[in-house]
Amino acid sequence: MTIETPPESGAAQPEVIDMRSEKKQARRERLRLLLRRPSFIIGSVILLFWVVCAVFGSAITPYHPLSDFDVSSQRPNAAHWFGTDVLGRDVLSRVMAGARDVLVLAPLAAVLAIITGTVLGLVTGYFRGAVDEIIGRFIEAILSLPAVLLALLVVVAVGNSRPVVIGTIAVLFTPVVTRTIRTAVITESRLDYVESARLRGEGATFIMFREILPNITGVIIVELTVRIAYAVFTVATLSFLGAGIQPPAPDWGLAIADNYGLIQAGQWWPTLFPALAIASLVIAANLIADSIESVVSS
Amino acid sequence: MGRFIARRLGLAVITLILIITAVFFILNVLPGDPARRIAGPFAQQEQVDIIAARIGSNDPLATQYWRVLKNTATFDFGTSFTFNKPVREILFPDLWRSAKLVILALILTIPISIAAGIYAARRKDTFADRAVVTMGLASASIPEFVSAAVLQYLIGVELGWLPALALAPSGSSFLVELEHLLLPGIALAVVYFGYIARITRNGAIKAFASDYTRTAYMKGLAPRQVVRRHVLRNALQETVTVIGVAVGYLFGGLVALEIVFNYPGLGRRIFVAAGDKDYPILTAGVILIALVYMVFTLLADLTVSWMNPRSRQGAGT
Repeated sequence: MTIETPPESGAAQPEVIDMRSEKKQARRERLRLLLRRPSFIIGSVILLFWVVCAVFGSAITPYHPLSDFDVSSQRPNAAHWFGTDVLGRDVLSRVMAGARDVLVLAPLAAVLAIITGTVLGLVTGYFRGAVDEIIGRFIEAILSLPAVLLALLVVVAVGNSRPVVIGTIAVLFTPVVTRTIRTAVITESRLDYVESARLRGEGATFIMFREILPNITGVIIVELTVRIAYAVFTVATLSFLGAGIQPPAPDWGLAIADNYGLIQAGQWWPTLFPALAIASLVIAANLIADSIESVVSS
Repeated sequence: MGRFIARRLGLAVITLILIITAVFFILNVLPGDPARRIAGPFAQQEQVDIIAARIGSNDPLATQYWRVLKNTATFDFGTSFTFNKPVREILFPDLWRSAKLVILALILTIPISIAAGIYAARRKDTFADRAVVTMGLASASIPEFVSAAVLQYLIGVELGWLPALALAPSGSSFLVELEHLLLPGIALAVVYFGYIARITRNGAIKAFASDYTRTAYMKGLAPRQVVRRHVLRNALQETVTVIGVAVGYLFGGLVALEIVFNYPGLGRRIFVAAGDKDYPILTAGVILIALVYMVFTLLADLTVSWMNPRSRQGAGT
C-alpha cells in the first residue's frame, strides 16, 4: 500500500475534505481492482498486440501485405508461417495488417453511438412523457431488425465507404445505448441532488449535463466498451458480406469471404487464421468490457 | 389478460408501421436513384427511364409509400426484378427452410444452455461456474460466420463426420436432410449457448437467493423439487424473453451463416437480392423478418405474463 499525498492546491484548511483528491483516490482504487482481474490482463495483452500490428502495419509484417507475391496457395511452412493465399500473398502479413481498419472503424462508430445515445438517453430519461414515448417507439422499431440486415440495406441504398460504415453502425447502436442511459438517468432523477438542483432553479440542460451526466459516467464507460466489442463484430460481419471494407484491403472478414469456398478443397489456412484473429479481438474486447463492468458496478 | 394482449398488439402495429417507414426511407428517400442503381452506372438514360416506369420509382413519394403499406397489409409485394416471379412464391419457401434451421438450432441449444446456466448458478463462484461463464462469453462474442467456417473445416472437411454444405439433394429423406442441417445448426447453437446460459444463470442466482426458495428449503422440500417448482419458474422469465428475441433475430441474422453453408434460406436470399438491387424482395424480406421477430417477442411476453401474472401490469413500457 502506498500512502496518498493530497495535492497542495485547496489544502489551506486541513479539516475540509478535498473532494478532488478523494475522487482521484477512488479512481486509483478502481484501476487497482481492474489490474487484479486476470480477464482484464489477458484481454489487454491481446488488444495491445493488435494495436501494435495496426499502428506499424506493413513496417513489421514479414512480407508486404498487398504487393509481395510468392507461389500461390502454399501450406503453412517455414517461410510463410500461415501459408499464402490464392494470389500468393503471405497470410500472416495480411492478418497482422488487417487489424488496422477494424481498430479504426469500430471504436469510432462506438464513440459516435455513445454520444448520440447519451444525449437521447438523458432527454428521454429526464423528461419522460410524450418525448420518451415517441423516441421509445422508434427505438423499438430499429431493435426489431437485425443490425447487420439494416446495415446491408443502407449500403445498398447509398453505396459503401468508410464514413458510411461508421455512420450506419453508429445509428444502429444508438437505440441500445439510449435505452441503457435512459434507465440510469431515471434512477438518478429520483435522487435528492436532482430535486435540490431543481429547487435551486437550475434549468433542465444544466441538470441533465452538469448534475446527472457526471454521475452516470460509470454506466457510459461500461456501455462504450461493450459497444466497441459489438462494433468489431459488426464491422467484421459487414466486410464478410461485402458491405464493409473493400478489397484489396487485408481485412479479416473480407479474407474469410474470399477464401471460405476453398475449405472444401482442403485450403483451410487463408480462412482459419483471419477467423482466429477476429475471434481473439472480439473476445479480448469482451473480456475488457466484462471486467470493467464488474469493477464499476461493485 | 385480454387487455394486455390488445395493448401489446396495438404497440406491435405501430412498431411495424415505423419499420416499414424506415425501410422505405432507406431504400427510396436516401440519395441515389433506385432505377439508376438497377441499370448500372453506364446504362443509357432511356433504359433507366424504362426501369423507373416499371418499378414506379418516379411516382410521388407518398404514392410509393402508400403502395408499400398496402403491399404489407395484403402481403403481395409484386414481382421480383431478377426472377420475374411473385415475391411471395420466392420468400415463403425460403422462410420455411430458415425455420427448419432455426428449430434445429433451438432444439440443440435450449436444453443444454438452461442446464448449464442452472448448474453454474448452483455452484456460483466455483471453477465450474467460471468455466460456464467464460465459455458462454466466448461463444456469444464470436461472429457466427467465424465459428461456422471453423466448424465447417474441422468437422465437415478434416474429420468428415458431417456434410459440409447444408442443403440436402432434393427429394432426400428427413434423416438425410437433418444430417445436412446439423453442422450449421451446431454453429448457431454455439452462438446462442452463450446468451441463454448467461441469462439463465443470472436469473437462477437471483431465484436461489430469494426468500421463497429459502422457505421452500426450510419446509423440507427436496432440492430437486425446489429447483423444479420454485427456482425454474422464476429464473426462466428472462430466459424466455431472450429466446423470443433470439428466434426473431435467427431468421434474418442468419445471413452470414447461410452464405457459409450455401443454404438457400431467407437471410441468403436477402443478401443476394441486395447484390442484385432487387428492391421488391429486399423490402418484403426485411418486413417479413420484422414480422417474425414481433410474433416471437409477443409470444415470449405472453409466456412470461403467464408465468408471472405481476408482469402484466405496466407492460409494454
